[in-house]
Amino acid sequence: MALYSDIVMDHFKNPRNVGVIENADGIGEVGNARCGDIMKIYLKIDNDIVSDVKFETFGCGSAIASSSMATEMIKGKPLSEVLKVTNKAVAEALDGLPAHRLHCSVLAEEAIKAAVQDYYEKNHIDYDRSQFPNCDDCEHCGTCR
Amino acid sequence: MKVYADNAATTQMSRTAIDAMLPYMERIYGNPSSLYTIGQEAAEALLQARTVMAKYLGCEAREITFTSGGSEADNQALLTGATLGEKKGKKHIISTAIEHHAILHMLKRLEKQGFEITLLDVPENGIISAEQVRNAIREDTCLVTVMYANNEIGTIQPIAEIGVVCKEKGVLFHTDAVQAAGHLPIDVKKENIDMLSLSAHKFHGPKGVGALYVRKGVPLTNLIEGGGQERGKRAGTENVPGIMSMAAAFEETCENMEKNAVKVAALRDKLIAGLARIPHSVLNGDPLQRLPGNVNFCFEGIEGESLLLLLDERGISASSGSACTSGSLEPSHVLLAIGRPHEIAHGSLRLSLSENSTEAEVDYILKAVPEVVDYLRKMSPVWRDLVEGRKEFLL
Repeated sequence: MALYSDIVMDHFKNPRNVGVIENADGIGEVGNARCGDIMKIYLKIDNDIVSDVKFETFGCGSAIASSSMATEMIKGKPLSEVLKVTNKAVAEALDGLPAHRLHCSVLAEEAIKAAVQDYYEKNHIDYDRSQFPNCDDCEHCGTCR
Repeated sequence: MKVYADNAATTQMSRTAIDAMLPYMERIYGNPSSLYTIGQEAAEALLQARTVMAKYLGCEAREITFTSGGSEADNQALLTGATLGEKKGKKHIISTAIEHHAILHMLKRLEKQGFEITLLDVPENGIISAEQVRNAIREDTCLVTVMYANNEIGTIQPIAEIGVVCKEKGVLFHTDAVQAAGHLPIDVKKENIDMLSLSAHKFHGPKGVGALYVRKGVPLTNLIEGGGQERGKRAGTENVPGIMSMAAAFEETCENMEKNAVKVAALRDKLIAGLARIPHSVLNGDPLQRLPGNVNFCFEGIEGESLLLLLDERGISASSGSACTSGSLEPSHVLLAIGRPHEIAHGSLRLSLSENSTEAEVDYILKAVPEVVDYLRKMSPVWRDLVEGRKEFLL
């Protein structure tokens, strides 16, 4: 059996929405180079809807595939739905990830949320902070602590 | 094009090695401990294999113990050194920070059992000095274990010089020669080596078989208890086909060592020169004191696993020291030990060649790697920060 599902390999080899949005409405960057993965998500938001999304990722195959899948899942969606995208949903959409790579889907969820939070902050929009992860809750590699 | 460039992980078995095992599966399948003819023929064959191994290591046949591979040989050597030391109240062991896990994890275990372990630091080129070993030896040092050549960065250690120091100080000296055996000339007597581990599948032999050389007079500690095989030091019916195959592979590789080394080193140097042209990259390990087939680079701004997957897509099999490829959250301990920062160590690529490698393959790699590195850099936020000046290049 291969390490990765066909869907993971497809999103890794042909990633959707790679790139940068100039003057993005929200930017979220999570992870750190020390642990070997960084995801950066750029959002264009019109009337509370993600009208465009791009990503850049430094990381392994599952990190790139998770970013790609996550951007597909939120494109064209209202922010209320975007915030409901979980790491589990990303991993399931990829037809599963190896156990020790599940943190890649967690990063994807966190990157999306960080970008939305950035949009709220920039535009002084009130939001429920409890919807967003707090750095202290991160159970990633721990090397940044 | 299919390019196998991971010969430090394992090698393709040679025709000679395959042919050497077949008779011991088809006709001479007897148990070497049995007294009837096909048993005794198998026993006779084992002696021949032992003699061949001994000839090319510069020792006596009785000083060779067959094992299941390099890790077992390493484990048994360390336990032997520790047991002998403990009897004399000496519980200090010296090794290096860049050993294989078969050494490091056994040292961890010994540490829990009350041994004190000194791991020598390596400089950026990955080569320790005999002086470092001399300075680390204490009254209670029972064992020095230093790998002959490193599996990741190919660095060759000054084994003969360390051997002299250990002999002078009366300390047992083991070397993990898994990457060196069959690729570098070894003479255990001239180099004052007391114990040496090797593994057949690193020189076109089969997996699951290796050997431990132990100087006569050094009593081995058993890892496996049972029958009286291997002079009572390693129980279990001998892997006769595997051992015969290993001996044939070792003979072939040692007989052709010089010729192969010249060819492989030329390919290696071409690969190193070509990859060094990739901006913001660095060669890991010493450029000269290195295994003929080893190439190891770090490329800034990318991660190794995605590099490997994309190279695999192009038919190239290689390896990396990134965390994701090691299955842990930490990148290679060897790259960290030679001073590469975490973010750089994640972007490593090891290509290891053999005498079966060709110039066309090297050319193919030299076309593929820069393209893949460039592609990954273009989607890397780390790379963007570097080129747009928000972060400083480390390489």
